[in-house]
Amino acid sequence: MTNLIEIKGVTHAYRTKAGPLPVLDNLDVSVPEGEFCAVVGPSGCGKSTLTRLIAGLMKPDQGEVWLHGERVTSPRKTVGMAFQNPVLLEWRTIIDNVILPLEIVAPRMPRRDREDRAMHLLEMVGLKGFERKRPSELSGGMRQRASLCRSIVHKPDVLIMDEPFGALDAFTREDLWQTMRDLRAAEPFTCVLITHDLRESVFLGDQVIVLSGRPARAQHVLNVDLPADRTIESLYTPKATEMLHLLRDQIRIAQGRDGVPH
Amino acid sequence: METLKKIAVPSLAILAFLAFWEFIVWINDWPNYKMASPSDLPPAFARYSHLFIEMGWQTLWRTVAGLGLAVIVGTLLGMAMGFSKIARDALYPLLVGFNAIPKATLVPVIALIFIGQHDFNTVLMAFLISFFPIAVSVGIGLSTLEPEYRDILRSLGASKITIFRKIALPKTLPEFFGALKVSVTLAFIGTNLVEIVSPHGRGLGALFKSGETNGDYPLMFAVLIALAVLGIVLYYAVVALERIFAGWAERPQG
Ligand SMILES: Nc1ncnc2c1ncn2[C@@H]1O[C@H](COP(=O)(O)OP(=O)(O)OP(=O)(O)O)[C@@H](O)[C@H]1O
Ligand SMILES: [Mg+2]
Repeated sequence: MTNLIEIKGVTHAYRTKAGPLPVLDNLDVSVPEGEFCAVVGPSGCGKSTLTRLIAGLMKPDQGEVWLHGERVTSPRKTVGMAFQNPVLLEWRTIIDNVILPLEIVAPRMPRRDREDRAMHLLEMVGLKGFERKRPSELSGGMRQRASLCRSIVHKPDVLIMDEPFGALDAFTREDLWQTMRDLRAAEPFTCVLITHDLRESVFLGDQVIVLSGRPARAQHVLNVDLPADRTIESLYTPKATEMLHLLRDQIRIAQGRDGVPH
Repeated sequence: METLKKIAVPSLAILAFLAFWEFIVWINDWPNYKMASPSDLPPAFARYSHLFIEMGWQTLWRTVAGLGLAVIVGTLLGMAMGFSKIARDALYPLLVGFNAIPKATLVPVIALIFIGQHDFNTVLMAFLISFFPIAVSVGIGLSTLEPEYRDILRSLGASKITIFRKIALPKTLPEFFGALKVSVTLAFIGTNLVEIVSPHGRGLGALFKSGETNGDYPLMFAVLIALAVLGIVLYYAVVALERIFAGWAERPQG
């Protein structure tokens, strides 16, 4: 199987007033087609920077980012993005928000087909009946569902998510994990998910990459060998618990607190 | 019932105000040249009705033209400041400095530069006095756009123009209309300023001036009322446009 995302020796620093701030240090990541890659790491280590590099919103100082065998130098239409903030456009209805990427990616697609596509996704995430509402009329979890629909409406090869469930309460978050799992089963895409939640990374990920503290390297890669049709219950199996422990230890190392009593 | 209340309450307030005014003039036994009373106004309107229509139209179109110019130039300046930090650093002090000049002092300056161009001078003043709030609000609206809003389209390779049209522009509309409500009032002041000060001017301001020259106090008060009505019409025209184009920003009442 080919690697859909290939990050080779990426090094990046921000130029700040106090001099260069190294953020990524010779980072290697590869994600095979159709796989779900969860990325965890200490706060401020460079995870959001990594998403912007993959999306082609920025160019790395050194190293290369490849998508689908092509070097990424600028944004491309085959990428979808979702953020912690759902960033819905308040002046558009929910369905028109979901359609937005199609207006860029497929300007000639008939309105009818766009709406059908959006409705299909909205139904899958349980937002049927809310399509004509404004974002301000929806709860935080519902807005994030709509944002998810928008990020995949144009059938991207790669979905890049930066802590999309970070601002939600624990139960809504678990609901959305399952929505995510079902969406992936229905239409496969390759995914990079940044998260602070280790349980989330194990529930959704095929691999979990632990980044070191800033400047970030790939400190550890965990292959999650749980069945594809996971349930929340799967997180309470001994195997999952073991993986969570391992990740916890890795995070502690990344935070530079190894050996400190915990 | 609700709509009835909405109309009845302000109407009653206006009637009460007029009655109070009439009463004050009557109890003090003020003559017309000291203070006109509301009952003097309808005859004044009737006598000069054609003048009111003609001059009112002058004032109206020049205010709207000046405001239109302010919208175009203000938006362009705001876009320059919103998109480019260099433009912001360069323009901001200039704009603030210009805005600090009391505009009344510009009237003679403009009158000297463009002698006799009464229409042009009036429109120019309406524009000069009103573009600043628009430029600042558009500039701030654009420069404070959260990067994620831009990124949802930029990550798809959308052009800057597309991002502006689909996201930045609609997102700044509420701020824009907030500024436009201030600007419309300012433009109206600018128009009247020039109309009153210019010799041989036209417009309601000039009519006011001629009332003063001829000692026709009922006419002067009638002009004030006409100005108030025109000002209200202009203001609510902007409010109506805001409802249409930025109605989504209104929070549901609850
Ligand atoms: N545009 C920028 N200019 C300068 N420094 C930046 C910029 N963006 C981010 N940084 C710095 O780079 C570092 C990494 O930022 P980044 O947002 O990638 O971290 P992160 O891992 O996503 O953090 P978090 O987990 O808190 O979201 C931080 O220290 C941040 O202060
Ligand atoms: Mg981040």
